[in-house]
Amino acid sequence: MPPAPALRVEALTKRYREDRPPAVDGLDFVMPRGATWGLLGGNGAGKTTTIGMLLGLLVPTSGRIEALGHDMATDRFAALARMNFSSPYVALPHRLSVAENLRVYAHLYGVKQAERRIVELAEQLHLTDLLKRPAGELSAGQKTRVALAKALVNRPDLLLLDEPTASLDPDTGDWVRSWLERYRAETGCAILLASHNMAEVERLCDQVLMLKAGRAVDRGSPAELLARYGRDDMEEVFLDIARDRRPLLAPAPPPGDAAPPLPGEAAAPPPGQAAAPPPGQAAAPPRQGLAGAGAGTGGRDASA
Amino acid sequence: MTALAARRVWGLMYRHLALYRSSWPRLLELVYWPVLQMVVWGFVTAYLAGVQNNVASVAAGVLLGGVLLWEVALRSQMGFAISFLEEIWSRNLGHVFVSPLRPLELVAGLVGISAARMLVGVIPAVGLAFLLYGFGLWTMGPVVVVFFAMLMMMGWAVALGVTALILRHGAGAEPLAWSVLFGLTPFAAVFYPVSVLPDWLEPLALLVPAAHVFEGMRAALLEGRTAWGHLGAALALNLAWLGGMGWLFLRQFQAARVRGALLNIGE
Repeated sequence: MPPAPALRVEALTKRYREDRPPAVDGLDFVMPRGATWGLLGGNGAGKTTTIGMLLGLLVPTSGRIEALGHDMATDRFAALARMNFSSPYVALPHRLSVAENLRVYAHLYGVKQAERRIVELAEQLHLTDLLKRPAGELSAGQKTRVALAKALVNRPDLLLLDEPTASLDPDTGDWVRSWLERYRAETGCAILLASHNMAEVERLCDQVLMLKAGRAVDRGSPAELLARYGRDDMEEVFLDIARDRRPLLAPAPPPGDAAPPLPGEAAAPPPGQAAAPPPGQAAAPPRQGLAGAGAGTGGRDASA
Repeated sequence: MTALAARRVWGLMYRHLALYRSSWPRLLELVYWPVLQMVVWGFVTAYLAGVQNNVASVAAGVLLGGVLLWEVALRSQMGFAISFLEEIWSRNLGHVFVSPLRPLELVAGLVGISAARMLVGVIPAVGLAFLLYGFGLWTMGPVVVVFFAMLMMMGWAVALGVTALILRHGAGAEPLAWSVLFGLTPFAAVFYPVSVLPDWLEPLALLVPAAHVFEGMRAALLEGRTAWGHLGAALALNLAWLGGMGWLFLRQFQAARVRGALLNIGE
């Protein structure tokens, strides 16, 4: 019997108040083991709410989450023991040393041979010289590496990363991305990351789930999304979606995994045909077709 | 409790012990208030006893015993609630709540650290009371251990209620962590018997576990007997308070998960 997927999400909805639209609206996806997926969307798109529900911090209004084969409604602690999470917006206690912080989480996650694991992580993440330093005295890059060490202390099968390289300089950000690529290849850990760094998403993710107003408005590999929107980079795809510009090709959800159409349209226009912009909105800059985007050469129109 | 659960509880306790190890002002603060209270009330007691020309009177012991034992309840309640607040202040609560630590294990960890904080704060005050004023809390006999236990339980019950309010109202409820138990002092019969209260207030005071503990303390100090009835009442009330406040805490924890309050608690 094949292992359960890393995440199975069915009709996930979160409505904070009855008189307001849902923050997450009918999200469906199945994320396989060992995959790296990106959760993209503008501010207020529902990323934080989605991650909160995946981590059990939030109870969905309706729908179901299964993490590593465990139903998050009834068996969340079994799943949480095999998951972990890192975010620059959730800190580690500043007065505790790096080693003390890692020791706390090694205990909370029931890590066997905790001291050996801490030394191992410190070596891998270049933290050995920092183990005795208070976490609050570290630079942003050092804090990111410590947060990663905390997130990996229990050798998770599923890792949720919120903005893993936010506020890092390009060199440190690149180091973290390379490290994550290598870690996933070596361990088969599934990674779901929320990021506003499109280059990061393009580099790390097999699949991208685009959220807008709580709904999954598109999904696919970065290459598929680039081709679908006729763009050269994910930032332009992000802007197309954020500004309701229509793709050149219809979204193609995986079988049995229905993605809703883009807001305000029943179906995508035929390939190569520009769609009319929504009322009061500037027309999208012209885009290349599928072939040009796939070739990745000279794809950007002069006006784009 | 399984070994894994015990380890998670220890993980939370270790986090706070490490914090105190690296922060001497926090450690000093633990000792400061109980000692200060004891010194001030010790002088008041010595003055009153001197006026009565009886420095070593048992009445003096009753006052000092009340001060020291009431600190047990106060420090237990504050130790629990402030340790929870420490997680909010350090913006670490998100990590704690997405770990496999169960809510009841969180409570067990906070109870453990609260007991440690209380002992670190109160034991020096008890020692100083003997050195400065010749009052030994232990003169009440082994029953003093039961008094400690009953007052700690009451402190934890109140702290569970305060923590539930913090989960419900966020940072706005923080001041309750320091003040709420002081509000119960008039009904806890710390320095006077319940019979001093107006008739209509006595039944209310007898619903407070501490009132029975302090009646028991006076029986031990003034009459040299163990008031088993009061101790039984204190235990029963404590169990009821802990059950009620524990239910409130778990209910507010679940409500916070529904509202999304755990995503931004403290803001």
